Amino acid sequence: MVETTPYQRYRAKKKAMREHTWLEMKKHKTLYLFLLPFLLVFATFTLAPVAMSLALSFTYFNVLEPPRIIGFQNYLNLFLSDDIFLIALRNTLILAVITGPVGYICAFLFAWFINELPRFIRAFVTLVFYAPTIAGSAFLVWALIFTGDAQGYANAILMNLGIIHEPNQWLTDTSYMMPVIIIVVLWMSLGAGFLAFIAGLSTIDEALYEAGLVDGVKNRWQELWFITLPNMQGMLMFGAVMAIMASFAVGDVTQNLAGFPSTDYEVHTIVNHLVDYGAIRFEMGYASAIATVLFITMIGTKILVGKFISKIGQ
Amino acid sequence: MTTAISHKRQNEMINMKKRRRSSRAVRKPNRSLGGDMFIWLILALFGMFFVFPLVFLINNAFKPLDEIFIFPPNLWVINPTMGNLQDLFIIMSRSWVTFTRYVFNTVFITISGTVGHLFVASLGAYAVSKYEFPGSKFFFGLIITTLMFNQFVMQIPNFLILAQLNWIDTYWAVVIPAFGMPMGFFLLKQFMDTIPISLVESAKIDGANEWYIYSRIVMPLVKPALLTAMVFAVQALWNNPQSLLIHTEQLKTLPLAISQIIGSPHAPNVARMGVNAAGMLVMVIVPIIIFIFAQSNILKTMASSGIKE
Repeated sequence: MVETTPYQRYRAKKKAMREHTWLEMKKHKTLYLFLLPFLLVFATFTLAPVAMSLALSFTYFNVLEPPRIIGFQNYLNLFLSDDIFLIALRNTLILAVITGPVGYICAFLFAWFINELPRFIRAFVTLVFYAPTIAGSAFLVWALIFTGDAQGYANAILMNLGIIHEPNQWLTDTSYMMPVIIIVVLWMSLGAGFLAFIAGLSTIDEALYEAGLVDGVKNRWQELWFITLPNMQGMLMFGAVMAIMASFAVGDVTQNLAGFPSTDYEVHTIVNHLVDYGAIRFEMGYASAIATVLFITMIGTKILVGKFISKIGQ
Repeated sequence: MTTAISHKRQNEMINMKKRRRSSRAVRKPNRSLGGDMFIWLILALFGMFFVFPLVFLINNAFKPLDEIFIFPPNLWVINPTMGNLQDLFIIMSRSWVTFTRYVFNTVFITISGTVGHLFVASLGAYAVSKYEFPGSKFFFGLIITTLMFNQFVMQIPNFLILAQLNWIDTYWAVVIPAFGMPMGFFLLKQFMDTIPISLVESAKIDGANEWYIYSRIVMPLVKPALLTAMVFAVQALWNNPQSLLIHTEQLKTLPLAISQIIGSPHAPNVARMGVNAAGMLVMVIVPIIIFIFAQSNILKTMASSGIKE
């Protein structure tokens, strides 16, 4: 019998595992063929951009010359000398911290309330709440509502009520811009999570509620915490992913409503900053560093939220 | 094949039973009248907040110019007119690119993008959903993570890649990336998970190959998810004019052409306020109508959208 060291045993085990994996892969080669077309497109237009952002973020790249490696210089510049980036980071975090959780909780509460309504009216109410999300560029109508002159809806109503005496510059006065943007983002971002909540609520087995009643659940709030929420953890996670996407990637709304750049960079977000350096100044390396910061923030948030959701109902 | 049919029938019977049970108007336990009234109140209040801008938008499109500029502004139109929509149509057909060309571009991009997406994504989703093979779990984890990254975050590197491929200013710059949207893959895979694996296994024993199982057994059962993925894909293509990627006028889509007429809200063209309102109505109404028709199928699909960590 040959003496084996733990390391040799480890190596042998690894080798066996690798062979096993290879056999498994060979066995399933049709499936790889099935996955291949999607994988190709997905890798080219979703994975490659993320990888490219990461790689280019360590370079100076102006599209005309080949990229030049400069180490962490872009990141140092971002956090130490780019005041506007820090403003953008602050604005993005404010927007995300407010619109993310508020939008998410509202989406759930609305879905839960709608699920309590009589069946015939549910589809209609769902449409009312979800329409702004699907209507895409409909948020431009808010530009009419918050027009800075007396023609604007908001100004006209407030002036008629005598609350204000001259029109507010909603979209250029720094004291109103952030609240206005938050309202618009909340309006249009109930998102796919809302639909998932509605669908999830309607599939929970009625028997669970009856059992809960026997076990001493006293009101609908206890029912929510002990029965409904623990049975929808998957939907809650999906909704969270959608909420993170909607709340961190605000850029279109600020650019179209408050202008680019907005007054004093009051609602300048990371995405705006990214577009500024990527599509206007063509400093691709720097823009990539901005994108990478955003990716890392989003993934970190998702992990944190996931930890929180797994604790529900305990 | 008999197994597939019998399973389908079984599922239908279960569904029918469920429907019968819930259609009986049983009052749920643990509900107070005060609570119900509170719910109606909250939904009515917030419903107004959500629907008000859209009502405003729809009404504006039918207002004659003197009503658009009235002070204080009216929510409801008094003398509705089709004039704005007619003007929009006239302005668009007077440009050197004909109106039908924009419509053709839109239809071509939307249909080819959606069909390709559905085929490619369902094929991959079938493999990941019904089998476990090295890399499959990891791959699906990637899909879930990338659900968070929308096109605004990735537009810069995407532009660089499309430029490398020489696809800028062609249909393909919009069509091909749409094939690989993670959302459709995710929804299809989750919905396929609810199809019992025994269905696939019994077909295998009968000698069916993977292609047959995919195309004849699984695909007919995932119609709601296909429709949902289709709606999301159409919306993404419609709401995402991608002006960065296509700049030749003859290749532009209808939403992009309209958004050019509407212009920026910062430099509104006062003479075209009515046309703007009409243009916005067209941009907004199409996705909403599509959603109304697909709503029940979408909710059926979303019921399986949960992410297990």
